[in-house]
Amino acid sequence: MQPVDSFLFLLVGAALFCIGLTVVLLKRHAIVVLMGIELMLNAVNINLVAFSQYDPDRIQGQMLALFVIVVAAAESAVALAILIQVYRHFRTAQLDELTELNQ
Amino acid sequence: MLQLAFYAFAALTIIGAFAVLVTRNVLYAAFFLLLTLLGTAGLFVLSSADFLAIAQIMIYVGGVLVLVIFGVMLTHKPDSSTDVSNQQQNRIPSSNRRGAGSSWVVGALVAGSLFAALFMVLVRANFRLLNQPVGWKSTVNTIGMQLMTEYVVPFETVAILLLAALVGATYLASPLAKPTRYATR
Repeated sequence: MQPVDSFLFLLVGAALFCIGLTVVLLKRHAIVVLMGIELMLNAVNINLVAFSQYDPDRIQGQMLALFVIVVAAAESAVALAILIQVYRHFRTAQLDELTELNQ
Repeated sequence: MLQLAFYAFAALTIIGAFAVLVTRNVLYAAFFLLLTLLGTAGLFVLSSADFLAIAQIMIYVGGVLVLVIFGVMLTHKPDSSTDVSNQQQNRIPSSNRRGAGSSWVVGALVAGSLFAALFMVLVRANFRLLNQPVGWKSTVNTIGMQLMTEYVVPFETVAILLLAALVGATYLASPLAKPTRYATR
């Protein structure tokens, strides 16, 4: 029962990061853009954890991934609150239609 | 067996992420994000990070995804109040038809070239670390020790950050926080 090669973990992380970047670049709904950011953070976590299995005494990669998860939760909470206020103000959540700073 | 489980979870992750990319419905994107997060938790288990996998499921699937689905429902735009049964409600309209194709080409080009560059780096780097990963040992004990000794300052800092972010999010999302309140004062 040999462990999985860490190259494959890094490959999955790279693919997930690129898909998340594409989601952020292409989608026009603000919530989907937030989902793309979550995908990119998950890709980074996969990389950190994949390297952390070579460091069983001080699992620094897993600690950093834990802090990344907490900060991502805080970020998504604040972003969704801002998005709800934006929706109350402009009655839309499409990023292309938010063209005015003041109204 | 282990390789098979790895490929299954990797396929779940990548297919879920790709479905988030190609779907046009925001709610479907949220549900495909659920697949991706579960696959990531499986990958965490396979790289012997059991505590992190449980934390991933509890925080992301139990917290962030529920928040995202609430956001989808609260920013749901009823197009016309007369026609409720319209199936186009939750869609993502591609606003300018002419620029849609070119923006897809540009996005695919950027992401594809980035993936190609990362793939080249990964192939050439040839990560072979000296010490092989030691078996399957639970990391809960180590994480607890590390959080209370070496990482105690980041731990407390991130606790204050989370508290401040949640209080701020509650204030921002409440209807009392009118954007025009300070302008009239």
